[in-house]
Amino acid sequence: MSKFRKKDKGELPAISTASLPDIVFMLLFFFMVATVMRDSSLMIENILPSADQVEKLKKDRTVFIFAGKPSSQYKQFGTEPRIQFNDAFIAVEDVKPSVLQAISELNEELQSKVVIGLKVDKKTNAGLVSDIKQELRKANALKVMYIANVKTE
Amino acid sequence: MAKRAAPEVNAGSMADIAFLLLIFFLVTTTIEKDKGLLRSLPPIDDTEVEPPIIRQKNLFTVLINRNNQLLVEDEQMELKDLRQAAIEFLDNGGGENQAGETCDYCQGKRLDDSSDHPDKAIISMKHDRETTYEKYIEVQNELVAAYNYLREREASRLYKKYYPDAEFVYATMLEEKEKNQFSKDEVLNERIETVKKLFPMKLSEAEPDKN
Repeated sequence: MSKFRKKDKGELPAISTASLPDIVFMLLFFFMVATVMRDSSLMIENILPSADQVEKLKKDRTVFIFAGKPSSQYKQFGTEPRIQFNDAFIAVEDVKPSVLQAISELNEELQSKVVIGLKVDKKTNAGLVSDIKQELRKANALKVMYIANVKTE
Repeated sequence: MAKRAAPEVNAGSMADIAFLLLIFFLVTTTIEKDKGLLRSLPPIDDTEVEPPIIRQKNLFTVLINRNNQLLVEDEQMELKDLRQAAIEFLDNGGGENQAGETCDYCQGKRLDDSSDHPDKAIISMKHDRETTYEKYIEVQNELVAAYNYLREREASRLYKKYYPDAEFVYATMLEEKEKNQFSKDEVLNERIETVKKLFPMKLSEAEPDKN
């Protein structure tokens, strides 16, 4: 018979799955590292208002300021809306130094393009927001983004 | 006694365990993308220059009181009507701009008691300290929407031919710009600037009164 027949008898060898766990672990570690649970734990109620004329925010050049009523675990701070920056409550007049500090920690080329992300609870008085804006004007951080939920209709 | 070799642990289920963990993290990961309204604040100006006199007809005043009610051009208004009112004001084109050009792209009613030219039209907004932030953002949103509507209209008038399939030409152009942020497209940027210039965003905010 022909020479080629002989090869037929061998079955396909099973593909070794021994390296499968390694691959999956690699993926797993990637997602574990990439997952950011939350940067700063919120000490305030923070339900954002909704808007539909929104633009995307570039995270690398953003400094966040939160504002709202202290949440139930932080009742000792009262019920008036407060400003939170990173992990602490700050007063209105501390906004400028805190923001300048945060800007100076940014990448140098992004410092001039910095955007202040305002995450403000929708039940806050607008007066507090305008106080923050005054401070930001003093700090010469003039680009502001009012972060909002995207309205779905 | 003969030493018994430890039985080999079956590692076959390792992949399953890892998959389980992987799926858990896949599901819990939310790569957050924040969105919002981008606005610029005016720089602090200490120079005591007399501000230019703006004629009342070029000014569109929006007041929000502490009960979240709107007063637009001295009349009470519902939020849903604000967008249309702002569009009509900006698009009026009743006169000439600084350079003495009439607004040939405006489609408004050209009333004498409304804005002369989109260049001159200023929306002035003032709110009370007690106004809720939610209402404030809703009003901001409507005013930005008015500008976006007009820019969209002009963009589709001028550049529809380059984007025949796009439903919203201006939005498509902005998206394109976002995508090409590392390779600047001069032509596209220029077009966006042209559209923005036709309806420049002049939205001023007064500080709320201290009381």
